[in-house]
Amino acid sequence: MKGPIFNGAIILVGVFVFLKFLLPLFTAPLPASLIYLYVALALSGIMIFGTMSASSLEAFMGPIYRFLSGKGQSGVGQMARLAVLVLFPLLVGWQTYTKLAPSDLPPAENRTIHPAPPGEFVGLSNPYPKVPENIMMGKGLYAAYCSPCHGANFDGKGPAAPGFNPPPANFSDPGTIAQLQESYLFWRIKKGGVGLPVEGMPWKSAMPRWEEELSDEFIWKIIMGEYDGAHQSPRTWEEEE
Amino acid sequence: MKSQGQWLCKGFSDSSRWIPSFMKWSAFLALLLFPVMAWAGGATQAMSVEYRDIPGIGSRNIVWVVAQQHLLLAGFVLGVPIFAWVCELVGWKTKEARYDKLAKEFTKLLTSAYATTALFGGILLFLLIGLYPKLMAYLTDMFFPSFLVYCLLFLAETATLYMYWYGWDYMQGNKKAFHLFLGFLLNLFAIGIMIVPNSWATFQASPVVVADGTAWERAWAAMQNPTWWPVNIHRLIANVVLGGFIVGAYAGVRYLLAVSREEREHYDWMGYVGNFIGVFGMLPLPFAGYWLMREIYQYNQQMGITLMGGFLAWLFILQAMLIGVLFLGANYYFWMGITHRIPGSEGQYRKPVMAMLIVLLLCLGVWMTPHSLVASLEEARKMGGTHHPLLGVFGVMSAKMTVSNLMILVTFMSFIMYWRAGKVETAGWAKAAKAIMGALLVLAGIAVVVLGVWGYFVPAIIRINYFSVAQVLIVLFIMITFTPLTALLMKSAKTTTEMVWGKMPIRAGYSLVLNAVMVILLMSLMGYARSSSRVHWHIYGVMRDTSEYAYSPALGYAAAFMSLNTFVFCLLVAFIFWVATLGDKAKAKANEGKPLDIAGHAAPAMAGGSPAAGEKLE
Repeated sequence: MKGPIFNGAIILVGVFVFLKFLLPLFTAPLPASLIYLYVALALSGIMIFGTMSASSLEAFMGPIYRFLSGKGQSGVGQMARLAVLVLFPLLVGWQTYTKLAPSDLPPAENRTIHPAPPGEFVGLSNPYPKVPENIMMGKGLYAAYCSPCHGANFDGKGPAAPGFNPPPANFSDPGTIAQLQESYLFWRIKKGGVGLPVEGMPWKSAMPRWEEELSDEFIWKIIMGEYDGAHQSPRTWEEEE
Repeated sequence: MKSQGQWLCKGFSDSSRWIPSFMKWSAFLALLLFPVMAWAGGATQAMSVEYRDIPGIGSRNIVWVVAQQHLLLAGFVLGVPIFAWVCELVGWKTKEARYDKLAKEFTKLLTSAYATTALFGGILLFLLIGLYPKLMAYLTDMFFPSFLVYCLLFLAETATLYMYWYGWDYMQGNKKAFHLFLGFLLNLFAIGIMIVPNSWATFQASPVVVADGTAWERAWAAMQNPTWWPVNIHRLIANVVLGGFIVGAYAGVRYLLAVSREEREHYDWMGYVGNFIGVFGMLPLPFAGYWLMREIYQYNQQMGITLMGGFLAWLFILQAMLIGVLFLGANYYFWMGITHRIPGSEGQYRKPVMAMLIVLLLCLGVWMTPHSLVASLEEARKMGGTHHPLLGVFGVMSAKMTVSNLMILVTFMSFIMYWRAGKVETAGWAKAAKAIMGALLVLAGIAVVVLGVWGYFVPAIIRINYFSVAQVLIVLFIMITFTPLTALLMKSAKTTTEMVWGKMPIRAGYSLVLNAVMVILLMSLMGYARSSSRVHWHIYGVMRDTSEYAYSPALGYAAAFMSLNTFVFCLLVAFIFWVATLGDKAKAKANEGKPLDIAGHAAPAMAGGSPAAGEKLE
């Protein structure tokens, strides 16, 4: 049972098993959309390599053509061919049915994480100097107002975090506040989940509208404390001196 | 709003069973009259009309399709002369007549393509004036002096094109230099024709409005808006890519239809040249795209986030898929070229090809991984959100820049491998040169990855201003040093196996067509992204869109229009090619009855014709 088809099948199964069962042993499970994406890439690689030359094409596709055409087959071979020709359309039909059948499960999400901020918040800069006193004050305010959800270590693992879906943002992740300008955080803290724009609805954010309780000064200092505590820097267009 | 676009999906299919044909024609004519009636209704109050609409179709949809067709045709008309001129120049320098023939073959296409482009430009202009009078009045007021420059450029371009095409056979021999100069002028005017309207489009995205000064001063200030030059450079390179891959697709189709060995060899070679130019343009394209996005982000954070992190961010995942297919398709064609055109080389290159393919696929996997994943509620719960704790790091620019640089590096090495295939270096310093090149390549790959990983731990501005630029410079350094070094090595190399043209399999022709379709889809996709980043503004922050279409369509709806635009453009290009090659067919008919150069070539490759009796075509 050796040959490019067998090797290709082994690679595909290997990629699937690794992504579906082995990787989750070390980290969170991958969603089906990503597993299909990677398996499709592996399949395209196998097809490209298998059809590159005349000999590889023959080795790769030859057995498939011969099997499907039924030439020179008898007994078990004929039965296997018949089984494939019957089962394959049934498999496609079943797959189609399961995709289209009404379900009580919510649809897959493609949530927009960073919606565009309203114009009035664009271009704002932190009016308070980045001095130790302000940073310390920001961290203190953060501890009081933000850490229950976003965590004392700025990692999104506060004591209240397990109660939220989606979970509070992890500021120490380089993919969150490090990608954003301070004005963006100012908008998100000030207006909260209810202040999010309609783009990419439906929104799911339990972030309070902090403008009700905190002054602008406090919000700017919290931002300063967040960046410092998470060891990240805001996105800027000027280098710090 | 609900009915808008239904025509696209539903068509006339439901009614076709019961409406007699004359009634169908009547309905069709009535449909054509709708816009006329709608316009007539607004004629009495022309001065106060801000918008007009085409019922059932929608003014935005019709402008979307016509503008996209005009842009794609313009890309072709501007890209092909660059291609033709470079080929002519190479033919002149190397004294190889086939390059001159190739250049002439494509200039022939230009005349009909040029007229079609102008036709769509005219239709677009009429539609814009009719459907968006307020916007057009504003733009006219702002840019009128540049309209005059545009007209002059058009006149100069047309005259030069006529002289360039009709004078081809006359300006041979010692007049060739003048013909080349005309080709240079043609490209110069073509670039001018591109950059002037680019300023109008980029002004809408990043306006610079100056109230004082003369009309010329105001127009010049508006032209020099922040995204003008990034778009100019990006479009110029993209046009070369489009031109190259369309030439490749043309050659691919002609190769599939070829009936004689001579034709097969010629179109195989043309396909190679088209693919080469497409790839050559594609290598710097991501750098230009990165610069454009950087300028947009710097110009306005809101627009930058809408594109890269907001609701348009999914377009960049589609972009990654399309670019990935393009990279794979272009490399696949190179690799097939090695195994089919150089007999006996397959075993030698199997392992390097596999290594390159694996790197390309891994890079593509990273590029296509979104920052927030598409996940069911259950999956999101298990992951702790739509952001995967491990693979989520692939979703940011540091990872994307790294893998795009690596893919460019691999594709460049594919080309170098193709160049060196079937030859043995004889220079005494060849071994040392190859060792240095190998070491540099490994070091460059490591450096690109290290900078990419490091980019996660530095402020964004350091990553954008230094790390990303350093990655690009490293890749450019490899290209700039390897190309002349390989050329020197090949100068004294001994050919062990001659390259045989016309031996490529059928799927090579299809892969060339696929590459062209991918480029067209890509341009339609990114054109939509750039245009819709203005969201509900005609002119960002200056003039709001107050029409009934001041909303962004769903991504699926937009994708349907991108597909429609790609399909229509392919039809138009096929029509242009058909018209332009009618003369060849007449000549071929005149030669009918004359014996073919080799026996057994009556059937085209697509129909299973073979290069020679007994030779098998895959």
